[in-house]
Amino acid sequence: MRPPETIEETSVTVECDRDIVVARTQGRAMATQVGFDATTATLIATAISELARNILLYARRGSIRLSPLDQDGCRGLLIVADDQGPGIPDVSQAMRDGYSTSGRLGLGLPGVRRLMDGFEIRSTIGEGTTVKVKKWNK
Amino acid sequence: MGLADLQQKSSKSTSDSTSALLRELVAHLAQNRAPLREEWLRRITEARLLTAMSQDELFAEATSVYDSYVKALETRTLEALQAYAQNLSERIIPLGVETHEIVGIVLLLRDVLARSLFAKYHTDSELMNRVLDAYEPAANAVALTVSVGFVQERERIIREQQASIRELSTPVLQVRERLLLLPILGLIDPHRARQLTGQLLRGIRATRAKVVVIDITGVAAMDTNVANHLVLTVESARLLGARVIVTGLSPEIAQTLVNIGADLGKINTVGDLQGGIEEAERLLGYKVVPTTIEAQPG
Amino acid sequence: MEVVILKQGPYLIATIQSALADADIVQLRDALVQQVGTHRARGVIIDVTALDVIDSFATSTLRDIAHMVRLRGAKTVIVGIQPDVAFAMVRMGLGLEGITTTLDLEEGLAYLDRETKITANQ
Repeated sequence: MRPPETIEETSVTVECDRDIVVARTQGRAMATQVGFDATTATLIATAISELARNILLYARRGSIRLSPLDQDGCRGLLIVADDQGPGIPDVSQAMRDGYSTSGRLGLGLPGVRRLMDGFEIRSTIGEGTTVKVKKWNK
Repeated sequence: MGLADLQQKSSKSTSDSTSALLRELVAHLAQNRAPLREEWLRRITEARLLTAMSQDELFAEATSVYDSYVKALETRTLEALQAYAQNLSERIIPLGVETHEIVGIVLLLRDVLARSLFAKYHTDSELMNRVLDAYEPAANAVALTVSVGFVQERERIIREQQASIRELSTPVLQVRERLLLLPILGLIDPHRARQLTGQLLRGIRATRAKVVVIDITGVAAMDTNVANHLVLTVESARLLGARVIVTGLSPEIAQTLVNIGADLGKINTVGDLQGGIEEAERLLGYKVVPTTIEAQPG
Repeated sequence: MEVVILKQGPYLIATIQSALADADIVQLRDALVQQVGTHRARGVIIDVTALDVIDSFATSTLRDIAHMVRLRGAKTVIVGIQPDVAFAMVRMGLGLEGITTTLDLEEGLAYLDRETKITANQ
């Protein structure tokens, strides 16, 4: 665990599949610095992997921004997945559990929401999508 | 009422006279430190507070508290006092000092100082009012700071102790080769449930268990979150190649599982622990065979 | 590539050495499917001990591998899923239903031995 002031915000550009691995590895590292246990750090890394993959699949290019959170003595992690892609036409549809047994449908977003404490998604057709998730260390 | 109010009151002072008055009060309290501290200690002993501390300890702490109190009034900031209060709490809580004692002595000090001020200023009632106006908000903020600091420290220690107890009281037992038993007793909250799952999965890997019996005979009820978590645990264990048998499922918990839509067909349940162990042994290929009892030599 | 595929008797054992990017996972799939045919393997073991994250793409591709390998008459076993990874998968709703998973390579081989013996005896 590191003192909150020393953890720097970091941003990963996602434009190829290797970047997904970079983003989730950095996410795991920051989660550990914030003080999350190994199990939760894995949950966070998995969520980041999904968010980064969505960027690739639907926007071809975007970024994952990772920042430490510190509120009322509670520490956590903020993850912002941002792209300037075509946008998601029907967000509520995407948020419905699209995971059939093939696991290929859907954007993995319902799964990410299940994992995280805070989940926000904004998408505009032709402009892009931003997904913000938070995880607190309890 | 906290630091903000204290500062607000300070900035609200329209006249220098209030600041000057407060300085005068602080000077009075500082000058009369020895007798006022004596009086305070006398009243603490009389009220039978802080009996866990020795006379020397009490004297030393009382001096520190008194000085911090006056300093807080003087500087009109509470940070130093907060830091001191936390430090004090860390030292005296292990001695067995309780919340009512800390609150008690702080209020006694407030009282002792107020009476001293009254004794000095009571002849001029208008001045007395201004003295109280200056003293009271500050004194209240100080009392609150010390009390809250103590309570927070106590709560922190209790949480730590609870975590230790949880860690100790959730053993994953290896009862046979490749067979683990996880008996769960008492209340399960989400935090404990997460901890149990982690311990179980790590145990499966460490002992290469192929069957796990989770016994919840000792669990009266489970909310939907924990029930859901139980299902997740069973599925996680399966990914590690282990089969899970749940024993001691009460009708209430069975109902909860049905309500959350758990596929009970996927969870192997057996009525009681004994039956569960037998089923586990069967799955592992054990056979229980009675041995012949040898006749005792006559 | 970060994966080593070995032949052990009638089985293929693919050991993943480190985090795989998507292209590598697809490459693994193609290589396995091809080699099952070439070597007439009866079973495929995929050792994922070194994977610290298994997300929806990895899960879906593992399912594809099992499906395609089955079409060639062989069984697939995934071995070595880490406890934290298993929990994350389950929390996210990623399942490997219908695919056998075992703790480690030893268990995986034992499983395949039992299964292929059953088939041989039929």
